[in-house]
Amino acid sequence: MTHSLHAVLREQVLEAAAHGRALRPHGSGSKDFLAQSLGGVPLDMRGAQGVIAYEPSELYITAHAGTRLSAIERLLAEHGQMLAFEAPHFGPYATLGGALASGLSGPRRISAGSLRDFVLGVTLMDGQGRVLRFGGQVMKNVAGFDVSRLIAGSFGTLGLVLEVTLKVLPRPQAEQTRVLVLDEAQALTRMREWGAQPLPVSATAWLDGRLAVRLSGAQTALDAAVRNIGGDPLNATEAAALWQSMREQTHGFFAGDTPLWRLSLPPMTPVLPLDGPRLVEWNGMQRWLRSDVDADALRHAVKAVGGYATLFRGGSTVDRALGVFEPLAPEVMAVHRRLKQAFDPSGVFSPGRLYAEL
Amino acid sequence: MSALPQAHEAAAVPPLGSTVRPALIAELARVLPEDCLITDLGRLRAYECDGLMLMREMPLAVALPTTEAQVMAVLRTCHRLGVPVVPRGAGTGLSGGATPHKQGVVLSTARLNRIVSVDRLAQQAVVQPGVRNLAVSEAAAPYGLYYAPDPSSQIACSIGGNVAENSGGVHCLKYGLTVHNVLRVRMVTMAGEVMEIGSAAPDSPGYDLLAVTIGSEGLLGVVTEVTVKLVPKPRVARCVLAAFDDIRRAGQAVADIIAAGIIPAGLEMMDQATAAAVEQFVHAGYPLDAAAILLCESDGTEEEVQDEIARVRVLLDTAGATEIRISSDEAERLRFWAGRKAAFPAAGRISPDYYCMDGTIPRKRLAEMLEAMEVMAKKYGLGLLNVFHAGDGNLHPLILFDSNDPDSVHRAEAFGVEILELSVALGGTITGEHGVGLEKINQMCSQFASDELDMFHRVKAAFDPAGLMNPGKAVPTLHRCAEMGRMHVHHGELPHPELPRF
Repeated sequence: MTHSLHAVLREQVLEAAAHGRALRPHGSGSKDFLAQSLGGVPLDMRGAQGVIAYEPSELYITAHAGTRLSAIERLLAEHGQMLAFEAPHFGPYATLGGALASGLSGPRRISAGSLRDFVLGVTLMDGQGRVLRFGGQVMKNVAGFDVSRLIAGSFGTLGLVLEVTLKVLPRPQAEQTRVLVLDEAQALTRMREWGAQPLPVSATAWLDGRLAVRLSGAQTALDAAVRNIGGDPLNATEAAALWQSMREQTHGFFAGDTPLWRLSLPPMTPVLPLDGPRLVEWNGMQRWLRSDVDADALRHAVKAVGGYATLFRGGSTVDRALGVFEPLAPEVMAVHRRLKQAFDPSGVFSPGRLYAEL
Repeated sequence: MSALPQAHEAAAVPPLGSTVRPALIAELARVLPEDCLITDLGRLRAYECDGLMLMREMPLAVALPTTEAQVMAVLRTCHRLGVPVVPRGAGTGLSGGATPHKQGVVLSTARLNRIVSVDRLAQQAVVQPGVRNLAVSEAAAPYGLYYAPDPSSQIACSIGGNVAENSGGVHCLKYGLTVHNVLRVRMVTMAGEVMEIGSAAPDSPGYDLLAVTIGSEGLLGVVTEVTVKLVPKPRVARCVLAAFDDIRRAGQAVADIIAAGIIPAGLEMMDQATAAAVEQFVHAGYPLDAAAILLCESDGTEEEVQDEIARVRVLLDTAGATEIRISSDEAERLRFWAGRKAAFPAAGRISPDYYCMDGTIPRKRLAEMLEAMEVMAKKYGLGLLNVFHAGDGNLHPLILFDSNDPDSVHRAEAFGVEILELSVALGGTITGEHGVGLEKINQMCSQFASDELDMFHRVKAAFDPAGLMNPGKAVPTLHRCAEMGRMHVHHGELPHPELPRF
């Protein structure tokens, strides 16, 4: 089945290249909102679904890109394992390919790492219709450039992702969430202090004067950490709902049409004097801002502290010409353009999705 | 044909006219202080090889810049003159990544060796590439932090070299490789342009250039500054030593530990020959009658470690360990590890030379691989020591040979090639952490199809359109693969599975 599917895709890619047309590979469309523009003829990548190989004791799973993320997570949970980066789904039918293409990670990123950290291998069709396999299923592999990780977060602009291999990890034996009443500055200080100590903190979120901290690990380690961290416990159901609402942006903070900015910041960034409600995650390194603030002014302020701003959800009134993603330095953009040219010489794949130049 | 490629085969660049060397040296002398440029034969000799001593080549000159501006000037000069540049860190690499190009300049980052900053609360350090791996952890130690990747050569190897090779180490099973622990690099391209790649902030915009830069074996640029992640030192670490009378059972114990949801801080194995070799060297007290010894380290809080060790113990017992020891104090823990860490010098004591391999295979194929290597050792008439990162399936077979005996050298090389090709056939890779360099360049033709190799060349060209940065390393030309007549082993499927291979 895979071979005939590849042949069909290849034909579409070559035909598009020959006629100067663009294709827009997609899964369920759950992350379509995150785009500079959505050019190209939609190409549904859900023609191949399913797990190709999963060996719990080898700590990896390989699946077709069209496989539902929820199906993978369910299978892993049956074996006491997980995708530790807690990829946001942003919809019930989110696919593995979409998760890889967007490269997004959820609350556990501060302790476990990001999606790209877990990528072991990718099978890709390039702009010449060639099926290329990079990486593999083993944990350590330095043969050739790490192209698999380059594909993570490339938003479908470099090729058609066909198969993905990810490292999986055991689920923590126990989890507990504590809530502390702190203002934003106090919360930042506390999170950094915890981070510099060997404590099993796996997620943090501050909103409206309350800091939630999730601990993950052996029960005995959690008990010891609670003595250090203090705060009040959330019951398991409330805690699960809270972290789910952060990961999936279903929390009330994310409701409404005001533009949602994602600020990615160096760890020591102080409280930023920005207008609008904000939510702080990842020990202060990811902050969400709801604001109609001028994009250039915001980018300027964030750049001054060494961070980046993404117009994550633009709302209906915002002009995307301002740039959804942080603009790149000219020498970095030059390499991006040459990489795009290397993978996709005819400019078939998702032109403009990430940057107008790509 | 010799099994190992010759260094001069790397010359993908047309020969330079005889007038170029004097012109090059004169131009380099203009941009570098006198003590930062080596051109005399005697001192060039020190740079003729890296840790892969089987391959030697003399460069035209060695540049030892002390500032980023000097790095840029050297690269611009070479770029303009069309002279290849071979970046070099501490020269401890094992795959010939820093073997000189005979028509090129070696650019050593050894003198860019300043620790720029260590920030406890940010859990980050900024260092120059020539800083030694261990020096980063030492600088972080007063803050209760350390840099996790710990290659065996960590007292000597540099962070710049670690970035080039995506180095691992004993702790990478739990704490990741260099790619998981480096957040940002500043890199000068062959054209002499500075690029900021990655960031102190998470998830830089655009393509993940950091991922391709790490492990790029000096093919994309010269790193001048690195931001690394520091992690809190665990409060307690304890090591379990388990003996097995059958290497298969030891392999099963490894799978059982991982399957039980435990990711130890280190999970290492050594065979009987290695245990015997290291025992006379370090007196670690290893059980010498065991076919295999497993070292399993737990770290974390006192409670976590107690809990994990109890679970590991049950699993090892069930898997049939003949003896289990648990380190009772720090001195004993270090003694358990002393043997593992001394495996290379111990090999050097029992054999004139040894050749270290680096294949990774799926853990479940461990026993099969070990048995096949035993057969190969007999076939080639050479000794073999097996020490490996069992937790992640990364093998380091040490082939014992004598470099004064050309036939022994040839057999060692052929033995190595057979191990690498079997690693690919078993669904693994030719290199887990040492890199391809020059050493394994022919085996790249087995692991990858020509379309993939073509893409690697395109990726390199995106950073280095002139093709002058460490040319001829890491990625073979398609012509070379065709000439070698290598069969691409596709996902563990040998082209003719019915034929006996070993």
